[in-house]
Amino acid sequence: MRLVTPQRIAAAIAILVLATLPAWVTDTYYINITSQILLFAVFALALNVLVGYGGLVSLGHAGLFAIAGYTAALLMEAGHGHLLSDVAGLVAVVIASAVFGVLALRATGIGFLMITLALGQIVWGLAYRWAGLTHGDNGVNVSGRPTVFGLGLTGATSFYFATLVVFVITVAAMALFVRSPFGASLRGTRDQPRRMSALGYNVWLIRFVAFLFSGFWTGVAGLLFIYYNQFISPQVAALTSSAEALLMVISGGSATLLGPIVGAAIVVIMKNVVSAYVERWNMALGIIFVLIITFMPEGLVPGSVRLWKLAWQGMRKQPAASGTLKEQQS
Amino acid sequence: MNALAQDTAAGAAPPPALAVRGLTKSFGGLRVTKGVDLAVAPGERRLIIGPNGAGKTTLFNLITGEIAPDDGAIVFQGTDITRLPCRRRVHLGLARTYQIITLFARDTILRNVTLALLGLSHLRWNPFIDLDHQHHLTEAARAALARVGLDHICDRPLAQTSYGERRRVEIAMALAQNPKVLLLDEPFAGLSVDERRDVRNLLTAIPRDVTIVMIEHDMDVALEFAERITLLHFGEVIVEGSRAEVVADPRTREVYLGH
Repeated sequence: MRLVTPQRIAAAIAILVLATLPAWVTDTYYINITSQILLFAVFALALNVLVGYGGLVSLGHAGLFAIAGYTAALLMEAGHGHLLSDVAGLVAVVIASAVFGVLALRATGIGFLMITLALGQIVWGLAYRWAGLTHGDNGVNVSGRPTVFGLGLTGATSFYFATLVVFVITVAAMALFVRSPFGASLRGTRDQPRRMSALGYNVWLIRFVAFLFSGFWTGVAGLLFIYYNQFISPQVAALTSSAEALLMVISGGSATLLGPIVGAAIVVIMKNVVSAYVERWNMALGIIFVLIITFMPEGLVPGSVRLWKLAWQGMRKQPAASGTLKEQQS
Repeated sequence: MNALAQDTAAGAAPPPALAVRGLTKSFGGLRVTKGVDLAVAPGERRLIIGPNGAGKTTLFNLITGEIAPDDGAIVFQGTDITRLPCRRRVHLGLARTYQIITLFARDTILRNVTLALLGLSHLRWNPFIDLDHQHHLTEAARAALARVGLDHICDRPLAQTSYGERRRVEIAMALAQNPKVLLLDEPFAGLSVDERRDVRNLLTAIPRDVTIVMIEHDMDVALEFAERITLLHFGEVIVEGSRAEVVADPRTREVYLGH
C-alpha cells in the first residue's frame, strides 16, 4: 500500500485549509457558518452509517439528535457542570438508540423508515407537549460554553477549532469503521442479508450495534449543536430536521466518507448564505436536489468522480480503468 | 475412493454426519416436505434428485435453518440442531452453496471469500482494525480460491466475472469455512462442458473428512460422483439406495418418465 495517494494529499490539503481558515477569513459570520457545516457533517456522517453502509434509511435521527441536546441542556439548566451534562447526553442517546433499534430493526426498508419516523415524531411530541420538563415551544437556553484545557470556547474562532477537532475525530472514526471487519460485516448485511446469515453472521445484532454507533455520533453532533446555538427547541426534533439530514447524506453520496460532508455544506450554505440573497431559497435548494437526483442519482461525490473519469477517458481515448472499488471508500 | 467407502461399510456403522427425521414443512396449504427421513454417513457423497418442485432446495433450507420446519428433527453429528438459528449451525461446521448465485456483487472475488472466513472469526465485530491488513484471513481466502483455480483473478471485482467463475466462488466460500458437512445446491447448473469438468475435478478432490450432500440435475456428472442417491418427489422420499439400485428401480422411471 502506498503512503502517498491522491486521496491522502487531498485530505491533508483539506485539513490544512480548515485549520488555517480563521487566519484568512476574518468575518466571524463565515467562521460560524463553517462551524455549522462541520457539526452537521458529523450528524450526516453518523446517519450515513445506517443509510449508506447498513442500507437502513432512518427518518428519526433528529429525535436522537434532540435527545442528546435536551438531556445536556436540561442538566446544565439545573446547574450541573458541562462534563456531567455532556456525558449524560451521550449515555441518554445511546440508550435511546437501543430502544429505537430494538423497535425499528423488526423491519427493513419502508417498514424501518416508518418506525423510525414514528419514533422521531414521539420525541418531537414530548419536546413540544411535555412543557413541564422541556418548556415546550419556548425551548431551553444553554448558558455558556465549556472551557477545554483552560481554553474558553465563547468566541467564534475558538468554538470553530473545538468543532473542527470533533469533526476530525469523527471522520477518523468513520474511516476506520469503513475499512474494519465490522464495517465489512455491516455492508454485507446490506447487500446479502440472507447469505450473511448462512455464513455465520448475526445479521440483527450487526445492524443493532451499527444503530448504536450511528446514534452515538448523532448525539455528539447534538451536543455541538446546543453549544453552537446555546438554545434548543422542539423544532430540532421535527421531521424536517430528520429529512434535512437524510438529504445531506443522499445528495452528497451515501456510502462514501466525503459525500455526507459535501451534502452538509450544500444544505447549510443554502439555508444561511443563499437565503440572504434569494428570498425563495427553499425553492433553490429543491431545484438543486432535483438536478443532483436527475444527473447524479448516486450523489454528488460519486457522480462527480464518474463524470470526471468519463471526461478523462474521453480525452485519452482509452478503455475504462478498474477503479470503481477504491472510490467506494474514498 | 471406492475402497474408502467399502471400509466404512465393512466396519461398525458410525453415527451419521447428518440425520433428518420426519421433517415436515408446509407453505400455506402446500406441503413441500412430507416426513422426510435421511441419514448421511460421515464422508459420504449423497446425491438428491427429483423433478422440479420436489422440495430439494426446501430440504436444504430446512437443514441450514433458513426456514423453520413444522415438525421433525435435524441432527448434526449427534447434536439436535432443529431449533438452532442458521448462523449457529454454520459455526458447528455446516456450509452450503446456492442454486441461485448469492454473492457480494460490489466486492472483489477475494473479499467475497474473506467475508466467508470472517463469518467464523471473532474479528467480525472489530471496528478498530483494517480488514485488508488481516493477512491470515486474506491468505486463507487466497488458498481457498487456489483450490477452485481462481487465485490468479482474486482481485477482480465480482461484477466483472463470468457465470462459471461465480459458481466456483460460491464453492470457494463454502470450502473456506472448512465445513464438516457441505451442501451443494446444483453446483453444475448453467456451466459449459469444460467448466463442468473443472468443477467435477474440484469436488472429487475434496477430502473424505468432508461429507457432501448435493442436489443436481446433470445425471452424467452427478451419478459418477455420488455413492448413494435419494429420490424426492412431491416432498417425499420415493427411493433411496446405491447408484445401481436407484437407477434400476421402476419408481425412478415412473417419477421421471411418468409411466
